[in-house]
Amino acid sequence: MPEALSILPQVIVDGLVVGFLYAVVALGYTMVYGVLEFINFAHSEIFMFGAFAAFEMLMLLQGAGFLATLPPLIALVATVIVAMAVSGGLGWTVERIAYRPLRGAPRLVPLISAIGVSFFLQDFARVIWTAARGNYQLTVPNLISGTIGPWKIGSLPINVMIPISALIIMVASVLMMVGLIWFVNRTKVGKAMRAVAQDRPTASLMGINVNKIISLTFILGGGLGGAAGALFAVRYGAINPYIGFILGMKAFTAAVFGGIGSLAGAVVGGLSLGVLEAIVTAYLGPLTGDILKGPEYKDIFAFVILILILVLKPAGLFGKATSEKV
Amino acid sequence: MTQLRKLYSQLVGLFQSRRTAPAASILLTVLTGLMQVLVPQSGFSILFTLVAIYVVAHANVHTVTKVVLAVIPLLVAVPIAGRDNFALMPLMVQLCIYVALALGLNLVVGFAGLLDLGYIAFFAGGAYVYAIFASGQAAKFLPWFAEHAPTGLGGWWFWAAIPIALAVAALLGIALGLPVLRMRGDYLAIVTLGFGEVIQVISRNLDHPLNITGGAPGIAPIKYPFFFGIPAEYNGIAVYMVALVFATLTAMAMMRLEQSRLGRAWAAMREDDIAARAMGVPLVKMKLMAFATGASFSGAMGMLFAVKQQFINPDTFGFMESIGILSMIILGGLGSIRGVIVGAAAVTLLRFQFLRDLSDLFAGAGLPPALDITKYQPLIFGLILIVMMIYRKEGLVPATRPQIDVDNLGAPVPKPASSTQGKALGQ
Repeated sequence: MPEALSILPQVIVDGLVVGFLYAVVALGYTMVYGVLEFINFAHSEIFMFGAFAAFEMLMLLQGAGFLATLPPLIALVATVIVAMAVSGGLGWTVERIAYRPLRGAPRLVPLISAIGVSFFLQDFARVIWTAARGNYQLTVPNLISGTIGPWKIGSLPINVMIPISALIIMVASVLMMVGLIWFVNRTKVGKAMRAVAQDRPTASLMGINVNKIISLTFILGGGLGGAAGALFAVRYGAINPYIGFILGMKAFTAAVFGGIGSLAGAVVGGLSLGVLEAIVTAYLGPLTGDILKGPEYKDIFAFVILILILVLKPAGLFGKATSEKV
Repeated sequence: MTQLRKLYSQLVGLFQSRRTAPAASILLTVLTGLMQVLVPQSGFSILFTLVAIYVVAHANVHTVTKVVLAVIPLLVAVPIAGRDNFALMPLMVQLCIYVALALGLNLVVGFAGLLDLGYIAFFAGGAYVYAIFASGQAAKFLPWFAEHAPTGLGGWWFWAAIPIALAVAALLGIALGLPVLRMRGDYLAIVTLGFGEVIQVISRNLDHPLNITGGAPGIAPIKYPFFFGIPAEYNGIAVYMVALVFATLTAMAMMRLEQSRLGRAWAAMREDDIAARAMGVPLVKMKLMAFATGASFSGAMGMLFAVKQQFINPDTFGFMESIGILSMIILGGLGSIRGVIVGAAAVTLLRFQFLRDLSDLFAGAGLPPALDITKYQPLIFGLILIVMMIYRKEGLVPATRPQIDVDNLGAPVPKPASSTQGKALGQ
């Protein structure tokens, strides 16, 4: 077992990196749920469009010769900003076209519409990039390479290698989360958002433009999803229109895990899901004598967690249990 | 425009007037039947045949006439055309399968109001149960089969497998139903989606330690069954006849179920589960019944699919299929049996006939194969869902409710009332 244990720090770090991505995407789900009480099924596709926007931006920089001359960090920031703008705009558009006309309709109606949007966007991306680039499986230009570690504390080796791109994911995610939580809790617009989430008609009576706040929620959530998409593209180097589906499901699980509607819950849920998933993937094989191989069942692990949470503690870690009003 | 409208109302009048309706119906049926036989290659032949059946079903003629006029094109004209157009029989089998699947999903979503995004999992269950035992697959993990039936069971086994497939699918339905009993609409949707994924991942990876499902490559070849002593060969009309009977039985079962005690309990649960519970509807039992019943229809059609396809693999049972079936019932009208049949027929014809025709057309015009029109299915499903939700939630053929005249309770004649807007969605 010492051999298995020695990879544990690396497993946890890898899990944390993925967990940060889950957390940032989960913030988008949880914000929309908080304000509108519905699952924005298309959020995973907004994340995917962020990755594609980042790809196009990097290709543009590469074509202009900036990628070699510009400091990588500046290129990265520019890419992330472009991806945020594209995804934020997409989030706003989707809300305007497919959700706003359905506000006040029974719960299943916007959900079905959102599923439609998700399918539409997925296939739309496939068509667009097949037409433009000849293939929808794209390889993202390498922006940041190199790793740090392993370290030594005295004579104790710490066998952890962290790619710099992974480090960037963590730093950027923390910055965005802190920024968002500050925005929602400390600014006037953030206060308006919380008011709309709490009680829409009353917020409207207090002079808050509810439509604007809802649009803003979609722009912010979409922007975060887009940034996560850009970071994903830079870190993993390969994208396709279907990257959003599984990652989106996991991020949603993370949001439910933390208690949907709660920003801190989404962060904690994302990180714990990432780490748990990495541990299960690494150790499922050895523990079952290679009967069940971890990587094969990795993608359904999140669903098992989701079902367990919804059965045992539907409100999640940070959510408040609500009883249905009659 | 006004002339078109006038023409339309004249046509409607033709089929509504007691004097002209029988002649008009017979004429329409004969014309479309002739077209089917004379132009068997065209997708429009089968489209017009189906439209004719729909029109006749709503004409002011005797029920026996309706049945006869529906049976003749389906049992005579279509099989005759199938001898010249080899794609027609598989298309019709697929159509029957989708009609029954859509009706089954409609039971869960439309009648009981439980949005199930993993409906294809039960279909996969039925298909795998049949495929494993009707091919060499069973011999790979069961010694008995290796010894006695190394290439699997065939022939009459199909009939014996029906109750088994129904039971397996119903059990899968209960397995899904149990954990989701307390969940609300949107969580339920995500969990059922996850269930579909889980079944797909399991079927992909259950080739070790025991090779049960054949893994990612799937199972092939699947033996032909015997229908009444006739081997059901590919393109043969035997599979089509059985599929037609299955689909018809499903539709009849749905009509009975909708008005039954069970169906009314589901409707009550869908409209307001708290009120339903207060009125003594056992929610747990009703939800499990809905999942199990809906699933078993799916399982039976899965068997038929395995027979038709002769080959199954996990990719056949993806999330897109579940959404495809959902788009059929949304297009036709949630909760409306007629609507669901129309929606299933429309989407199936579009997917397997008209998209292919268009694809040939555009390929001739130089569209690269990567952008082939038949690959646009998810785009179309997505558009159907969005457009229907925004503009016509109740579907093309909305559900109607039998209305009971309270003042005349002695003679409760159910008559189709004007549509209640989006009945199944209005909770």
